[in-house]
Amino acid sequence: MRNLLEVKNVVKTYGDFTALNNVSLNIPKESVFGLLGPNGAGKTSLIRIINQITLPDSGLILLDGEALAPKHIAHIGYLPEERGLYKSMKVGEQALYLAQLKGMSKHEAKKRLKYWFEKFDIAAWWDKKIEELSKGMAQKVQFIVTVLHQPKLLIFDEPFSGFDPINAQLIAKEILQLRHEGATIIFSTHRMESVEEMCDEIALIDKSNKILDGKLDDIKRTFKTNTFQIGLKTSNAKEVTFELKQNFEVSPSNFKLLNDSLTLNVKLPKGNTANDLLSFLTSRGEVQHFVELIPTANDIFIQAVQKNS
Amino acid sequence: MMNKLKLIIHREFIAKVRNKSFIVMTFLSPLIMVGMGALIYFLMQKNDEKVKKIVFVDHSGLFSTEDFKDTKTIHYTDYTALGIEETKKKVEAGSYYGALFIPKQDSLELLAQSIEFYSKDSPGMSLMNSLENKISSKIRNEKLNNFGIDLAKIKASKIKTSIKMFDFSGEESSKLINGLKIGLGLIAGYLLMMFVMIYGTSVMRSVIEEKTSRIIEIIVSSVKPFQLMMGKILGNAAAGLLQFFIWGVLIFAILTLASTIFGVDILEMQSAGISSEQMETIKDRAVGDKSMLIIQEILQLPILKMFVLFIFYFLGGFMLYSSLFAAIGAAVDNETDTQQFMLPIMLPLILGVYVGFATVINDPHGSIAVLFSHIPFTSPIVMLMRVPFGVSWYEIAISMASLLITFVCMVWLAAKIYRVGILMYGKKPTYKDLYRWLKYKS
Repeated sequence: MRNLLEVKNVVKTYGDFTALNNVSLNIPKESVFGLLGPNGAGKTSLIRIINQITLPDSGLILLDGEALAPKHIAHIGYLPEERGLYKSMKVGEQALYLAQLKGMSKHEAKKRLKYWFEKFDIAAWWDKKIEELSKGMAQKVQFIVTVLHQPKLLIFDEPFSGFDPINAQLIAKEILQLRHEGATIIFSTHRMESVEEMCDEIALIDKSNKILDGKLDDIKRTFKTNTFQIGLKTSNAKEVTFELKQNFEVSPSNFKLLNDSLTLNVKLPKGNTANDLLSFLTSRGEVQHFVELIPTANDIFIQAVQKNS
Repeated sequence: MMNKLKLIIHREFIAKVRNKSFIVMTFLSPLIMVGMGALIYFLMQKNDEKVKKIVFVDHSGLFSTEDFKDTKTIHYTDYTALGIEETKKKVEAGSYYGALFIPKQDSLELLAQSIEFYSKDSPGMSLMNSLENKISSKIRNEKLNNFGIDLAKIKASKIKTSIKMFDFSGEESSKLINGLKIGLGLIAGYLLMMFVMIYGTSVMRSVIEEKTSRIIEIIVSSVKPFQLMMGKILGNAAAGLLQFFIWGVLIFAILTLASTIFGVDILEMQSAGISSEQMETIKDRAVGDKSMLIIQEILQLPILKMFVLFIFYFLGGFMLYSSLFAAIGAAVDNETDTQQFMLPIMLPLILGVYVGFATVINDPHGSIAVLFSHIPFTSPIVMLMRVPFGVSWYEIAISMASLLITFVCMVWLAAKIYRVGILMYGKKPTYKDLYRWLKYKS
């Protein structure tokens, strides 16, 4: 079984509103899967269905090949976007309580909590109330509670919000480490740079429909337009630009080189290779800069969503 | 599953009883209650101790000092020799409470209409009643005498009838005990309403807290919303029972302590609600010792039955109402938004108390009282008020069953609203929204 989680034709409606329209996803084992989409696209609805907070109207969800059932709660860890803890409850008690609700024994939970509290260097907080902690501190506790029961499937919704860059880095490292140890991670965020950094696969949901999914690299490949960013040192910039326009699609580029080179974005027509462009450029001057424009996750997101609307 | 419910109940219970206000309420309330009781008792004692000194001027020559014997609260002095005007001046200047003038008249009928009483303060009803009784019995005797009827024979013909009241379960009742029953019933019903309100709002607050702190989504990814709601309700119910028991133990301990230290008769305190005048009549009639009678009557009260029923109706009523409170808490984002939904919940509770106060006192088995002790939303209160008067088991069984059935239905409905509401933020919901939520599939 290659996929840990399979979402098959899931439909969810609230009254007249369709939150998910026949959405299917496959989430491979030991991957970081980016679940992306604009606000209100239906991500949270899907995440809630996977967490069995709500049931789909129709469709099927398989976890490790089995239809989702209450016993799977113990195998899923969920860090919601809107999260919090009991303010007047002590950190340790609260973590124990939440771990036990996930099905851990008290003894086991204590042991694992000790490990994590020491790892994050927060053992001294055990008897503090949440209201005495800063937001970032509470988030750390929240992260520990999410991963404590060693779930097969981890769902992080905006995991870095509330963290400073140093702690965000720490959490990112931990998430990748968890994948390394065998966990599968669903990662929902609007921070596209962290999608680049962490995701192996992504799915894009917009207006209740899945509009895109697959390996991030594959998607980038389909989204790339054979456009190159060039920098050319030439004495006759005007004429070179004119000549380029004859053969290729040219648009201005806004990057700067250290010297006064001509900078342009050049899109190759079908059938042309990078070498065709390169040989043309070398015949006209000294090539300072030559790089293929690979669309970022951000570009893909914006393009796909705009195309869909 | 059960295990998780247990965890939730435990957490809710601990969260509740660790709360400072719970601790303060639990340990201070009995002190306050006993303190108030002692204060009332003390004040009543003081009130009774004040002796009213009354002088009388009798020009009719009908009355003698025999007729104006001193009682515990009234002392009489004969000022006939002084005359009316002098007496008035003396009384006005002195420490006497008032003066009674009995003029000379031709007929007894006229005399009965022309007796006057002067006082600085307007006299209480009980004083006037006792004076009027005295005078009219004297005049009646006089008339009987004039008719040539032998007073001794009349006296001898008097017979005391006392109807002993029973219900068919064999519980004996009397008039004194009726007062006790009313008191006990009203206290139990009122207490229950207070408990339901206080603990119901506490459940509601706890739901709102989970929503505003945003822990709710984490919890419901581990347990079913229904489990969370039930755990919350049961945890709070357990805390309520604990408080109730602590109060019981504390009040009993304090009363015992107080009675040994101050030598106050607890039984007398309990009957402090009955006026001294009534007490006197009771004493006159009573065969045997007064406190013995009270002890007997208290022992006849269905104390155990009341206790068991209080627990049952507290749990039933609390769970019925707190499921609604939980649904409200889930529907709103903050406490100020609860107002519009609170009224329909408070109304039946308050109605229960009013109906109880208004009808049960007059006729505990009247049709209104019976009706409201069967309607589930008021039954916990009204039935508790009726129970001391003896309610047949089958009536209680019907009332209990309808309460249980309604409770199950209400929890089912409330859970549907709760389940949707806890994950809804932003908009303040309307009744229409709540109705729509009822129809959502989970």
